[in-house]
Amino acid sequence: MAGHASKQIDGKTLWGGKISPFSTSYGKLMMWFFLVSDALTFSGLLIAYGFTRHDYLGSWPIGEETFESLPFLGNGFPLIYVALMTFILIVSSVTMVLAVEAGHRMDKKGVTKWMIATIIGGFFFVGSQAWEWKHFIHGSDFGRVELADGSQAIVKGKFGDIKNFTVVEAGHHLAVGDKVTEDLKHEYTHAAAEGHIHNGMITLHDGSIAKINKAANTDMRLIVKEYGGTYAMGDEIKGPEAVKMYEEAINAGEKNRVIYGANMKQNEYGPQHYGQFFFFITGFHGFHVFSGVMINIIILLGVIGGVYHKRGHYEMVEKTGLYWHFVDLVWVFVFTFFYLV
Amino acid sequence: MERDDIIEYSLDAHHSEEHGAKLRKNIWKVTAILTLITAVEVVIGSVIKQADASWYIVKWVLIGLTIVKAAYIVLSFMHLGDERKGLRYVILIPYFIFALYLIYILVTEGNAIFATLSASHA
Repeated sequence: MAGHASKQIDGKTLWGGKISPFSTSYGKLMMWFFLVSDALTFSGLLIAYGFTRHDYLGSWPIGEETFESLPFLGNGFPLIYVALMTFILIVSSVTMVLAVEAGHRMDKKGVTKWMIATIIGGFFFVGSQAWEWKHFIHGSDFGRVELADGSQAIVKGKFGDIKNFTVVEAGHHLAVGDKVTEDLKHEYTHAAAEGHIHNGMITLHDGSIAKINKAANTDMRLIVKEYGGTYAMGDEIKGPEAVKMYEEAINAGEKNRVIYGANMKQNEYGPQHYGQFFFFITGFHGFHVFSGVMINIIILLGVIGGVYHKRGHYEMVEKTGLYWHFVDLVWVFVFTFFYLV
Repeated sequence: MERDDIIEYSLDAHHSEEHGAKLRKNIWKVTAILTLITAVEVVIGSVIKQADASWYIVKWVLIGLTIVKAAYIVLSFMHLGDERKGLRYVILIPYFIFALYLIYILVTEGNAIFATLSASHA
């Protein structure tokens, strides 16, 4: 960017010395140094992720199998949601760079406008990540199932609706003949994970036993992720056999035959380490985004208050911009290594 | 004090309206490139399965596209391409020394452990 050949620069700007290193201000250079160290932190995390993944001999979850849901629309959209998140972050990076450009023209109105757009983009991204986490923690309709031979399989298909639970043996609250019609899916998955479903009967919280009136699951596919006695990794079981094997596991009445969602100890998608890396890396990145939004808000208040205009330059916007672009940069790598490859 | 040897200095990086228009055009160009690359990545990622024979190549294509995207963000959006050469190298060289070393460790150690585990499973 062209400046003037001759100018007044005070001693403070020149770091008290005679010349400013790299023709850059102290603040900007230190921001760059910070970003290098932060980049190394993220490199370390992603490399640890790659190392662990490689050593699981192929049982690691595949991005397009794990992330295929959209809010309100359900399943069957591989990678679309994360692509949308990536796009949101890229756009907010663009609005940031436009704010910096407006700052170079001392255009206070422009800086304000583009900073607000950046902050909105940031909130959208954090919100999307919250949905993503919620979905990841709650899990899919079917969970991961342990088959009769001890192999572990993830399950795809269409979940048959549950009509109601009809009580056949009274408990503390419910009498014989009562019909439970609310919160059915949640009750069902919870009972399945706990081993409280046995031969089409569910044991409810109050100890009553009820008959499950449920439509059959359809289009089922079991994809083996951990080998057992009969099945090897990557084997796919389809059709009526898949339905039968899944029902058998669900109705076995054994705890942990089916696992739904994810927590720090186990997850339905793959090895324990997978969930831990997911929570840590996307969480650490999300924390960066959140801090970035907060810093942007503080700088925006400065812009509106005219602090930088009085100072004669909008370098603060440039510095917070560097941090914001860095957050986008990290996401580009997280997106590739967590979701795509 | 009066100086005339500092030609480009960030505090005085102000530019004119016309120059700004040129910069904005470039920003939108980079935006289009980044969006296009992301779209291509998603299409490749959801169409070609990891079990396919071509996945090995596809994987490296995806990683290559990611690095192209990263380069655009760092050099254009973060303006590192417009900074002094010295600053550019002070930022990039230390980072690459450490990152490449870490990747080297990942590959060698990862392969050694992979071989050991595969042998014990067989």
